[in-house]
Amino acid sequence: MNPFMITLVLVLLSIAIAIIRVLLGPTVPDRVVGLDTINTLVIASMILFGVAKKEIIYIDVAIVYALLSYITTLFIAKYLQGGKL
Amino acid sequence: MLAFIASTVFCFVMWLLLTFNGNFWQTDELVAGIVMACIAGFASRKILVKDFKLANPKRWLFILAYLPRFFYEMAKANFDVAYRVLTGRINPGIVKISPGLKSDVAITTLANSITLTPGTLSVDVDEEKNLYIHWINVKKEVLKKMPRDYKPICSNFPDWARRIGE
Amino acid sequence: MIWEIIYIFLGIGVAFNILASIGLLRFPDVYTRLHAGTKCTTFGSIFICLAAMIYGLWKWHAGDKQMIVITIHTLFALIAILLTNPTGAHAIARAAHRSGIKPVKAVVDDLEGKNV
Repeated sequence: MNPFMITLVLVLLSIAIAIIRVLLGPTVPDRVVGLDTINTLVIASMILFGVAKKEIIYIDVAIVYALLSYITTLFIAKYLQGGKL
Repeated sequence: MLAFIASTVFCFVMWLLLTFNGNFWQTDELVAGIVMACIAGFASRKILVKDFKLANPKRWLFILAYLPRFFYEMAKANFDVAYRVLTGRINPGIVKISPGLKSDVAITTLANSITLTPGTLSVDVDEEKNLYIHWINVKKEVLKKMPRDYKPICSNFPDWARRIGE
Repeated sequence: MIWEIIYIFLGIGVAFNILASIGLLRFPDVYTRLHAGTKCTTFGSIFICLAAMIYGLWKWHAGDKQMIVITIHTLFALIAILLTNPTGAHAIARAAHRSGIKPVKAVVDDLEGKNV
């Protein structure tokens, strides 16, 4: 079996563990930390899937996803601290 | 005008790298790239290029010399965090340091380096460019005097940031 | 030979990513969770991207012209991760402190009560 595919399954497992923190998180920043971690893991798993299937389009999607998720995190943080957007 | 040319060249190099597919570029790809790079460079000329400090080749050499040391510190940081995850021994606190840097590039470099290196995470920065740092394992001797000594917290990263960004 | 290097890099990357998730569960407050969530995922993703880049370069060297694209685009994704991850962590930490969350078991808090 392709080693990139096995790695992908293990990364998805760690995403599942991080989702528990998003569901449990007593405060809102805890949930945002969980989401930020999940974003990075999703980028890694997209790269792994693209390499395993030899489809370059997934890696392009990973680049765009990295930049957009960063902007999302900044906006949520700005909203939490109560400033003007 | 110089800012427009610099950002256009930057955008065009990005376009060339992103459209490379093993063979040389076709003519229509190159023409479309030049048109797109002109538009994107005009739109982003005030964001990408603030001043021309980074045009100095000495700074690029400093960045290249900084990378191996930074990567070594980062590996050390990860084993430190792994130890604390597995044992659960923490002793956290928020400390204030005054690195005495002026420019935005230097303070950004320092804050990002601090976040990725052992046991420290930058939380806030105020108007006088003082950094507030969350430290996962506070040492006793730093707590005694009020202008904190930055040597035990982030070793000599402020010197590197000064060389790169000031 | 090259397969062994790729195996080692993938193993290190996956180990640190799983460690990040466990740290997210085990640590007591937002700031220490950010330590685990930022550093470990950045380090793990660097090694996963390095493995992908080595694979692409190897296949390109072996004669498949298309595979160099994997290397270049993975390098772009790696640079995006390296630039954006610490900044996002910084923004979350500042927002958490301004919305009034105290660090648990803190021995010192210089930012306490300061309204920046």
